[in-house]
Amino acid sequence: MIEIIDLYKSFDGQNVLNGVSMTIKDKEIVTIMGKSGGGKSVLIKHIIGLLIPDKGSVIIDGVDITGLDQKGIDRIREKMSMLFQGGALFDSLTLYENIAFPLKEKTKLGKDEIRDRVMQSLEDVGLRGMEKKFPAELSGGMKKRASLARALITEPEIILFDEPTTGLDPVIASSMHLLIKTTHEKYGYTGVIISHEVPRIFEITDRVAMLNDGIIEEFATPEDIKNSNNPVVKQFITGSVEGPIELF
Amino acid sequence: MAGLFRAAGLWAISTARKLGHMFLFLFNSFYFIFNPPFKFRLFLKQARFLGNKSLIVILLTGSFTGMVLALQLYYILRKFGSDALLGPGIALSLIRELGPVLSALMVTGRAGSALTAELGMMKITEQIDALTTMALNPIRYLVVPNIVAAILVFPLLTGIFNLIGIFGGYMVAVNLLGMSEGTYFSQIEAFVDMEDIRIGFFKSLSFGIIVSWICCYKGYYTGYGAEGVSKSTTEAVVISSILILIWDYFLGSVFL
Repeated sequence: MIEIIDLYKSFDGQNVLNGVSMTIKDKEIVTIMGKSGGGKSVLIKHIIGLLIPDKGSVIIDGVDITGLDQKGIDRIREKMSMLFQGGALFDSLTLYENIAFPLKEKTKLGKDEIRDRVMQSLEDVGLRGMEKKFPAELSGGMKKRASLARALITEPEIILFDEPTTGLDPVIASSMHLLIKTTHEKYGYTGVIISHEVPRIFEITDRVAMLNDGIIEEFATPEDIKNSNNPVVKQFITGSVEGPIELF
Repeated sequence: MAGLFRAAGLWAISTARKLGHMFLFLFNSFYFIFNPPFKFRLFLKQARFLGNKSLIVILLTGSFTGMVLALQLYYILRKFGSDALLGPGIALSLIRELGPVLSALMVTGRAGSALTAELGMMKITEQIDALTTMALNPIRYLVVPNIVAAILVFPLLTGIFNLIGIFGGYMVAVNLLGMSEGTYFSQIEAFVDMEDIRIGFFKSLSFGIIVSWICCYKGYYTGYGAEGVSKSTTEAVVISSILILIWDYFLGSVFL
């Protein structure tokens, strides 16, 4: 379980998170939506300890990670994976090497077992046969799928998705959603997704959090979000320029 | 006046903080040099990267430096009737001073800048964060292999620079200025001590640490976007070059 309690973060005097609190249950998929530059990436970077909050706590399976030393935070990170916006695949490694990398570095698995798991992971994301390609040779959608394969390879308990469909066409974006859904069913991880893909993301998510002005405006099921009377949520879902969300 | 003092104070604090950050980065890197697991393959890859990228430049600059030295020193030494000392003049200038300094400057421009740009690109495309989220220390994987490789490669490249420079000087001295082969080489043997070679070696080794440290630091903490990477790369080359010259003067004054 992930508990975020009263989280504050500012950069150069600009407040980004103003007391975010939310609880994400085991094995559920939660989507965080909100306007661009509104602090969604900042929020999930706190969950994996890439950022340290000014105030507040992030509790993962009962452990407050904000006060942990390097070894402690590394132990928590071993339960997690993160899929970055641009994929963050290592340029100098082939697709196979990229996906095998966490296993080679973090486990004592033999070559054959690593190979089997990498091939299975590539199969899961539909990239079998592409293992010798370098990231520069892959399309945007392939990079995202490859990044998902790398995130899945260690069979983590939690996967954080930072805009997994940004920059993809609607068909490929839907296939990425489907991929998240099928892999979630297969591996049973807890998923935290940052997405603007309204309403398509509602099909794969258990709950949706609306982040605005550094706080969670609403945190509810997709149905409740769709029927919400909160003007911020309404404006975001309809994509209207009129409403309480500041445009610039 | 108070405003001026305040600004100077703020500048001093900010500079001290930045320097502290840079030295912590270096100490952190040295901690991982001596603490396993060691990334031997990454070290070999980076040694190849630094050496391979710079070898042609080193060969070219080394040979022409030796040739220019031969021309200039011959002109000066002949005025004093000491043209027989041309060989040791070239060899000592190269071994003690020009070899370590010029090869370090060349490697900075050729491989150091590429190193900063590569790390900078890894930073802005979140590859460094990806390593961190895998519970792997990016310094161990991206910085330490470069520092260790530089410690090995800089003295090697300096040695090549010196040898090719002495040979370049020989070509000009013997073929162009009519000096005898025996005079050129026997005088080198007579005047160059092991101590001179040790000084040059120590200089190049310390330049290796300086260049890899600054270039890695600037890449690792690059700013945002392509502009940030370009700025970091320029800063890495400028700061490394200035530090090489300052450190060279400092070592020169200590060793002389």
